[in-house]
Amino acid sequence: MADAAPSVADLSIPTTEAAEAPRHSVLVRITHWINTVSFVALLVSGVAILISHPRLYWGEVGNVNTPSLIDLPLPFIIAGQNGWGRYLHFLAAWVCVLNGLAYVLSGLLTRHFRANLLPAGADLTRRTLSRTLADHLRPAARLSEDVYNVVQRMAYSGVVFVLLPVVIWTGLAMSPAVTSVLPWLATVLGGHQSARTVHFVVAFLLLVFLVVHVWMIVRTGFWSRMTAMVIGRGARSGSRSE
Amino acid sequence: MHKKVSTEKTPSLSRRKLILGGLATAAGATGLGGAINMASRYGLIPPDHGGIYGVGETLTYASHRLLMASRSNAREFARSDISQAPPINGTLPPDDLYQPHVERGFADWRLAVDGLVARPGEFSVAELKDAPSRSQITILGCEEGWSYIAEWTGVPLAHVLERVGVLPQARYVAMFSMAEFWWGSIDIAEAMHPQTLLAYGMNGADLEPGYGAPIRLRVPRQLGYKNIKYLTRLTVTDSMDSFGAGKGSAAAEFGFSWYAGI
Repeated sequence: MADAAPSVADLSIPTTEAAEAPRHSVLVRITHWINTVSFVALLVSGVAILISHPRLYWGEVGNVNTPSLIDLPLPFIIAGQNGWGRYLHFLAAWVCVLNGLAYVLSGLLTRHFRANLLPAGADLTRRTLSRTLADHLRPAARLSEDVYNVVQRMAYSGVVFVLLPVVIWTGLAMSPAVTSVLPWLATVLGGHQSARTVHFVVAFLLLVFLVVHVWMIVRTGFWSRMTAMVIGRGARSGSRSE
Repeated sequence: MHKKVSTEKTPSLSRRKLILGGLATAAGATGLGGAINMASRYGLIPPDHGGIYGVGETLTYASHRLLMASRSNAREFARSDISQAPPINGTLPPDDLYQPHVERGFADWRLAVDGLVARPGEFSVAELKDAPSRSQITILGCEEGWSYIAEWTGVPLAHVLERVGVLPQARYVAMFSMAEFWWGSIDIAEAMHPQTLLAYGMNGADLEPGYGAPIRLRVPRQLGYKNIKYLTRLTVTDSMDSFGAGKGSAAAEFGFSWYAGI
């Protein structure tokens, strides 16, 4: 992987360059698609696990004889059919975590996060936020494709630095082996069942992000967005003629 | 290596890169092979390590074993935390085998201990109750997601294993139940852990039939399905290969991971 970055840079001719630089680096593209596969696997297997007991509780323990916090409108599907879901969930979780570590380390080292992902302090005003959000919702609005705006930055940063860490933490907090060494993973949330509930809520928020993410890609040009995330180069507004 | 790179750079640099790359790959492959050997030697590879799911299971099991190498005790709770109506899961053993024991108060029940031990033997429930006991209030969590807290009383499995003299090559304790379809095993580290009990009491009374009377395993650092009920026999072994399909438990053959610390 150390060879990959220079070889892509070599493809561009020094004089016409800036616009030719890849929209997404090789590492971002690879980790993006590995993450996509692992997230879909986690989602599907997570639902398979959830429907064996679609009730959520708060505190340490919960069962059919205790009050629930949320009764999900899903059927109880038991009969020992969720084993594959558990095997797949934990395999995909390893892929997601190791892939995520590679992404975060490279993002820190290359300053990708500071340059492209973290919102600028000056943009965090109610006026800029509401105007940018309105742009996203207006069908005719032209969204800048060159740099992420403040709403995009907040969404991506929120997923990378808040939702994914919390979903990993609460996943670990459900493990009796892990909490036998690190009990605070569960206790600061109020217990094992609280961790399970937070895990579900955050997974749902990640699903909401996924839906909006795909919707925005469709709206701003599905094929150019896909090309950008697959081979690195895609049409930039006004800067290229392909 | 990209074509353009080799035309722009000097050949020797490119060759050096190739050699370095080759060496790194070889070192990586050797490292992986060595790591697998080491992992196997230190008991970091679970019996159900086969297939694509086995990769995830092995990573989980090995990292948990390393994490738990230091101080590791399942969380214990106060009497006031004990759940009022703990659900009963699973079914009783066949009536013709089990009900006669219930009627006689399990007076004739025996727990056999055999395999890699110096002194194979049998224990009655009374003998187990006479041994040093431990009570602990812990969570029993089902893989489905529900859970309850109860107080379990029993003899630490480590005590029984010391009485029969476990041989040094022992790596697993296989467990068999009067509900014959549900057998399993735990590794020797889990078996020797002070919280791993052969439980005969629950919430201050004798274990009731639905909860596994007269003797069940309590292994609170793992999920409910590892806590085998109606125990009749323990077999100490150095390999799970010859038990069933070699995956270490009925659960693993049924599609649920052998290791259930999650």
